[in-house]
Amino acid sequence: MATESEEGGLVFHPMDQFIVTPLFGDDTIHWYTPTNVTLWMALTVLGIFALLVLGTRGRAIVPTRVQSIAELAYGFVHKMVEDVAGKDGLKYFPYIMTLFMFIVFANFLGLLPMSFTTTSHIAVTAVMAMGVFLTVTILGFVLHGASFLKLFWISAAPLPLRPILALIEIISYFVRPVSHSIRLAGNMMAGHAVIKVFAAFAAIAVISPLSILAITAIYALEVLVSFIQAYVFAILTCVYLKDALHPHH
Amino acid sequence: MEGDIVQMGAYIGAGLACTGMGGAAVGVGHVVGNFLSGALRNPSAAGGQTATMFIGIAFAEALGIFSFLVALLLMFAV
Repeated sequence: MATESEEGGLVFHPMDQFIVTPLFGDDTIHWYTPTNVTLWMALTVLGIFALLVLGTRGRAIVPTRVQSIAELAYGFVHKMVEDVAGKDGLKYFPYIMTLFMFIVFANFLGLLPMSFTTTSHIAVTAVMAMGVFLTVTILGFVLHGASFLKLFWISAAPLPLRPILALIEIISYFVRPVSHSIRLAGNMMAGHAVIKVFAAFAAIAVISPLSILAITAIYALEVLVSFIQAYVFAILTCVYLKDALHPHH
Repeated sequence: MEGDIVQMGAYIGAGLACTGMGGAAVGVGHVVGNFLSGALRNPSAAGGQTATMFIGIAFAEALGIFSFLVALLLMFAV
């Protein structure tokens, strides 16, 4: 990734790894063009299918290794949804399980060398966050009608303060999908850009062992961050869902 | 030249944007430190609150990531 330009000095492009390129050699990208993004999203879905469907094919009472991993994942998300959103939140468990598994697999597949992290693009995470936001808002209005707006009217505050607090609450409610999406995309993009920058330093022979050690350390951090960001996305979805199901403070 | 000054401004801005990550580091350390001090006083109640700790860490770290994103955008996308 590091090249020498005509002026001397190193020029490297760590953000080139996030460019969307068509798979088959054209230069224009239509909505139907297979790109590296669609390839890695398809691999994510195949990976999830392989783990959850093919792994539990045998339905053994004493689970095999793959079945046991699938059961662990299922139990983990199920417990999280039940703890945070309550028993009536379990109706939305398939949606949250889909979100969590997609983000975990997409993040982990992005850690393979020469691969592409689909969740590092705002386009991907913004659609997921908008989906969560629209689901939660529409659910709140369908379940509670106009009294869903009581979410913004803090009755525990003194009366003159309530309109200002309501304004602040409404603004922070609309900022939720923004922070929800940027958190995941920013974490993924930042992690991979840092790895690429350290990798560019490995071209300088004197510090290349240090650079490779740094890449290993950052890679370990990225494995942890990939899982934690998927967990945080899912658990924040559960928290917003709980707000929609039970809007009284 | 016009392009050079814009480029210099972008690089200086990228360096300044990195100071935001110091606040994020203090915030995350604050959350985890408070969790640890509470957990060492009441270990049996600590397990149930690790989820809350992770949510707190995510919120505090997100703002540091926002500032790093601004720095990256200024460096490579301006």
